Amino acid sequence: MSTLSFNQITKRFGSLTANDSITLSLGDSEIMALLGENGAGKTTLMNILFGHYVADEGSIEIDGQMLPPGSTEAAIKAGVGMVHQHFTLADNLTVIENIVLGTESLWNWRQDMTAARRKLVDMSEAYSLVINPDALVADLSVGERQRVEIMKALYRDARILILDEPTAVLTPQETENLFITLRSLTDKGLSVIFISHKLHEILAISDHVAVLRRGKIVGTIQTVDADRNGLAEMMVGKAVIRPQLESMEPGAPILTISGLSATSHDKLPLLKSIDLIIHAHEIIGIAGVAGNGQVALADVLSGLNQQYSGALELHNETLTDAGPSEFVARGIGRIPEDRHARGMIGDMDIWENLISEDLRSKQVSRWKTIINKKVAIDRAERLIDSYDVRCKGPLAQTKLLSGGNIQKLILARALSPKPDFILANQPVRGLDEGAIAYVHEQLFAARKRGAAILLISEDLDELLSLCDRIAVIYQGELSPALPASSRTVTELGLMMAGQAVQPTPKNEELYSSVKFSAGGTNAN
Amino acid sequence: MSELIDILLTTGFWAATIRIVSPLIFGTLGELICERAGVLNLGIEGIMTVGAMSGWMWVYQGGDLWGGVLFAASMGALFGLLHATFTVHLCLSQHVTGIGITLFASSLSYFVYRMLLPSATTPPKIEPFQNYPIPLLSDIPMVGEALFNQSPLTYLALLCVPIVWYMLHRTPIGLAVRMAGENPVAVEAQGINVLAVRTGAVMVGSALMAVGGAFITMSWFDAFYFGMVNGRGWICVALVIFASWKPGKALLGALLFAGLEAMQVRAQLSSGTVIPYQFFLMLPYVMSILAMIVMARKAKYPQALLVPFRRGERV
Repeated sequence: MSTLSFNQITKRFGSLTANDSITLSLGDSEIMALLGENGAGKTTLMNILFGHYVADEGSIEIDGQMLPPGSTEAAIKAGVGMVHQHFTLADNLTVIENIVLGTESLWNWRQDMTAARRKLVDMSEAYSLVINPDALVADLSVGERQRVEIMKALYRDARILILDEPTAVLTPQETENLFITLRSLTDKGLSVIFISHKLHEILAISDHVAVLRRGKIVGTIQTVDADRNGLAEMMVGKAVIRPQLESMEPGAPILTISGLSATSHDKLPLLKSIDLIIHAHEIIGIAGVAGNGQVALADVLSGLNQQYSGALELHNETLTDAGPSEFVARGIGRIPEDRHARGMIGDMDIWENLISEDLRSKQVSRWKTIINKKVAIDRAERLIDSYDVRCKGPLAQTKLLSGGNIQKLILARALSPKPDFILANQPVRGLDEGAIAYVHEQLFAARKRGAAILLISEDLDELLSLCDRIAVIYQGELSPALPASSRTVTELGLMMAGQAVQPTPKNEELYSSVKFSAGGTNAN
Repeated sequence: MSELIDILLTTGFWAATIRIVSPLIFGTLGELICERAGVLNLGIEGIMTVGAMSGWMWVYQGGDLWGGVLFAASMGALFGLLHATFTVHLCLSQHVTGIGITLFASSLSYFVYRMLLPSATTPPKIEPFQNYPIPLLSDIPMVGEALFNQSPLTYLALLCVPIVWYMLHRTPIGLAVRMAGENPVAVEAQGINVLAVRTGAVMVGSALMAVGGAFITMSWFDAFYFGMVNGRGWICVALVIFASWKPGKALLGALLFAGLEAMQVRAQLSSGTVIPYQFFLMLPYVMSILAMIVMARKAKYPQALLVPFRRGERV
């Protein structure tokens, strides 16, 4: 007896087949994981279930009843609740307002808030989900917002809960809490569809796993029979080996940050006296939950913000008052967080984007004014070739490329001048396994030739496998950067949530043995 | 200085303020409803002109006054529908469409006026709304005369403030409207049609704007002139920001502006020739710019204002 079943669902967007005759079923009290890379069709399938899209072929049944296609209202009535990857909450409204929207007829003269509040309190107790109904959503943490989303679905008596990449924005502790909540839901008979590409989470929480690749189901297995490597291979289609970090002695200090502070436009502190020294042959990771000062730090280190106090030195020479072009000229390579908004101009051609950081250099422009197109195109061809960018050529429009290939262009532009310092801000976000391995290889190659690299990431697994040392940023304060080998996910997670971890004696030792202590005021 | 205090102590000043504020209240509330749903309506200036012309014309052609108000409101709603078709359904630029609606609506009003009354040299008059003193309350000295001896349309304007507040903050439909202006995807995810909510809000808001225009020709004056709305629509757009999208504060801002306007007319008369009259004409606008600078910095914009919503689009 299955609660929910997809029968031969097919959905096309133009020439792309996002879902190719997908058949799946889910029973009561079950957690099904939907595993797949970006663009495999997971979200599309869920959007069809929730009535955001209409399938071109196939049907969905819930408890034996056919679900009318294309109606969110019908899906909600049938007991489907969805927690979107990007929360669908209004920041300027309260929790309870967000939850009760659409639960009463729009033509009622009064929204019955008293009854709503009572129901919410009952729910809070039943599922032990604690939340203040009158708090503004804007004031909530990401984990709390997700709780509101779940309560929104439960308030409407959802029996099948869909969570789209629910852990992408959570700290490890919040993830653990989410898992506890999910188990208490299934204990009460609810079923859950859990969408993710994080293998260890899927192994930890699900009863069975359906793997999607390029719109097709490539397999459904019981989680007890699954293992990490097997799932990864099913997901990607071939075995992908991520490169390993070679141990290497750090070299001379390259970038010295001392007492760096910055404030927002309305004078709120964004960075609070940050000290850090990054050496040659070294990758330092910055861990932290989004919104704790990463953007401000990246803006300063890429030359976009000169309104800071404190000192920034490259090879012991100050970078004060230097703008973005001088940063590039002096050997700083920048991989921006949002590759579409800041990394590349989508409407421009590939060759134009590739020369955009040194427009006024002697190599690409005559008398610093007229672009030498022949030289620029030659360079673009060379870079496309050596960075293995899949495209039609230097004259192709940049926005037609996939995310992975756009990221390769950015790497080509930032890394080919062999910069001494590299700022890599979320360099693999949203990329698939193959592209991730490629980015990591490039960063390792740069480290090997002597670059100093600062890696900002929210993914602890990535940081632990890539970095020599890791520091945690929380509300604009940076912890000392300690060797990655001494860090654990739990410890980092607690620090990301703002709970200072008492250094154990072992850490203490390590800390003092690192002679270039990052917390120190001036090591040089 | 003492002259200013003298002005403040006259009933005439307060009565004028309340009269001047009426169209501003209708317009500001109308714009506020549109923007709360996420749609900037720069058609307001033209829609007020349509209201002024059509309400007046209804009465001039023999209709009754309240019929005229209703007719003006429905014409406003019609232009609101036009604005919503372009901005909500076709997702075109709200700025460009709004300005286009203003140009189109005011020109059409003048055109229709000329077409129906080709030979009128002096603008013909109608019998406008008469002041209706509210028994007892209007006997209160000063305040009573100013507040409670006004046209019924003014009472309607003042009544609209709590009604719009209640609708926005205490009813399910109001919650849907506010949510549509903050995060339309959230509205969609709860099974409510965003496009319908936004279209409805723009139509209701535009109807209110048109009634504001009708007030000018049917209560304040008794004839229709070209250029009669005279930038009041734009003032309303600014007042919405001043009010941080809150009906109560909108009333406050409108009163402030109307008070300054009433004040400057009187100050012109009492100052003699020392200060050029243009200076006084300028005062309300200068003061509103100053007030805007202070208030708008703290204003919390509806987050989805100006952001079109496309259903089922791949993001």
